[in-house]
Amino acid sequence: MFIYTTPVYRLSLALQGFLDEQFYQLEELQDESSPNFVEEVVTLFFRDSSRLMANIDQALEQCPPDFHRLDKFLHRLKGSASSIGAGKMKNECAGFREFCSEENLEGCLRSFQKVKKEHTILRQKLENYFQLLRQVVPVDKATRSGS
Amino acid sequence: MAVDAGAQFHVLAVDDSLMDRKLIERLLKTSSFHVTTVDSGSKALEVLGLREDQVTPSAVSPEHNEIEVNLVITDYCMPGMTGYDLLKKIKGSSSLKDIPVVVMSSENVPSRINRCLEGGAEEFFLKPVQLSDMKRLRPHILKGRSKDQQLQREENSNTIIISSSSSGSGSGSGGSKRKAMDEEPSPGRTRLRFSAGSLTML
Repeated sequence: MFIYTTPVYRLSLALQGFLDEQFYQLEELQDESSPNFVEEVVTLFFRDSSRLMANIDQALEQCPPDFHRLDKFLHRLKGSASSIGAGKMKNECAGFREFCSEENLEGCLRSFQKVKKEHTILRQKLENYFQLLRQVVPVDKATRSGS
Repeated sequence: MAVDAGAQFHVLAVDDSLMDRKLIERLLKTSSFHVTTVDSGSKALEVLGLREDQVTPSAVSPEHNEIEVNLVITDYCMPGMTGYDLLKKIKGSSSLKDIPVVVMSSENVPSRINRCLEGGAEEFFLKPVQLSDMKRLRPHILKGRSKDQQLQREENSNTIIISSSSSGSGSGSGGSKRKAMDEEPSPGRTRLRFSAGSLTML
């Protein structure tokens, strides 16, 4: 059993609206048989999302922009964000998709800036979160875990 | 092989997103299912022993026929073969049609949901899939299996058994004893068999 301040940190993350209860669901799925589950999923999320955002960048730079392709990337990005409980980012993606369906390039570019910002903040917060977890000494083990 | 409440059922999960595959695998394993994950509809058909262009499983790959899948859970939006296409392939196959299929999607589109349900899907899950959704899977598996079990018992005996679960028309098979596997079980059909001299009702 770990003692850590995470519940407090987790709560503050949620209060700031970055993560919703889906993230807690992920934590609940983590156990002795899958001890790094949350971090593994989050890693996959950032791998997916970084790739998708690079694709979105390219799609926006095309003349004229390919809104159809853009929508497909956004669908994936929104889905991934939703899967890890990144509520704020999911909402920004939804807004972006609306501009996309209207073929409003200006709106899309503004939205994309917001999505990128949320993504960066989320990455930082989650990195801090996992670092905190690694620094904690487990009660029932003699050796320190991690670093 | 007896099936009891503690039996582990095998679920085939299909999703092109690695992240989502990881999630669904964890959800299923936590709920005591044995899991195989694949990233496409065509790979799913391979696991099920069916190539895309086939209707019945290939006889040359017997090992595929031994992988018993009790339920298929698939994402709807996938490149190439969509979850709906996969659903139709499974339901269109005489040997696979009784495997329950559940479709998942991150989008709540009523016409899509109806299309899948009408196409033979047992359920439609909205993503992100929850642990509580896993409880809805077992009843679909058990529903199919209890019919199989009942038919197996009928196969193994020489008495007349009137199946309590079916309301279909009966089919006589004459006086000859039938081999266990010479015909696919088709749930819902009353099967009557006559044996010389004895008449037992269960």
